[in-house]
Amino acid sequence: MTVSVVRFGGSNCDRDTVEALSYLGVDAELVWHEDGLPEDTDGVVLPGGFSYGDYLRAGAMAARSPIMGEVRERAADGLPVLGICNGAQVGCEAGLAPGAFTTNESARFQCEHVFLRVETDDSPWTGRYGKGDVIELPIAHGEGRFEIEDDRLAELEREDRVLFRYCDADGNVTDAANANGSKGNVAGIVGESRNVAVMMPHPERATLPDLGATDGQGVLRAFA
Amino acid sequence: MGAYTATVTVRLKAGVLDPEAETTRRALERLGFEPEALRSADRFEIDLEADSVDAAGEEAAEMAERLLANPTIHDYDVEVDPRQ
Repeated sequence: MTVSVVRFGGSNCDRDTVEALSYLGVDAELVWHEDGLPEDTDGVVLPGGFSYGDYLRAGAMAARSPIMGEVRERAADGLPVLGICNGAQVGCEAGLAPGAFTTNESARFQCEHVFLRVETDDSPWTGRYGKGDVIELPIAHGEGRFEIEDDRLAELEREDRVLFRYCDADGNVTDAANANGSKGNVAGIVGESRNVAVMMPHPERATLPDLGATDGQGVLRAFA
Repeated sequence: MGAYTATVTVRLKAGVLDPEAETTRRALERLGFEPEALRSADRFEIDLEADSVDAAGEEAAEMAERLLANPTIHDYDVEVDPRQ
């Protein structure tokens, strides 16, 4: 299993992701977006950062780069694809998942730890957790507020496609625990098929024990 | 072919929260103004060559659909003017 971590100009969580995957025993390599996806890639991570300086909208430019056409095609064939933070913004802009991640309700960049309630264990990304588990992951974003039309959110919920919701330490999904004002407290979802996921919190920053938190390992183990 | 300037205005859909506009409105209040509401929008002015006003408008609308606007959160409109 070799995972391609796609690097755009302005990506900055790319090496962290390679490091975290390597720690879990997953081969991972950096792939410059202009070089295209390697034929034999077994998975894709769209990492965090500020691709193209967040010009126009976060993720808008990277989403229209040629490699994302390849990512969409391979994702449709079942390739596991995970968009983290800026990668989640890129994923939604590229149509890999519905909705949009836009300016935080606070209008500020927020860098903090949050609690997340696992909403489904029926996905490669959350299968290592139990439904209702509360995990703690870091967020670091200015544009992480999930927006989607009400009827499409209802559809996501009917189809069990919400992975995580912002919650308090006891797992209560409340307005006060909603870190960025996301609709329905949604922090991460799967795309049309469950092999594609986008999420604003950073599992790769909570994987290496030396960094003090390991709750993110379960997400990245989808590639193991 | 003629020369045109297409102006694409991209706005948040009604009901979508605009934290930057709200922050701007509060800053105006601190300056002593009393705005009832404030909405922000992005405006793109695109110089292009096209067969007609309509063709220029259609091309600018496609630009909006494919990049300038995000249909989940935005509405947009297009105006076209001949360019000397």
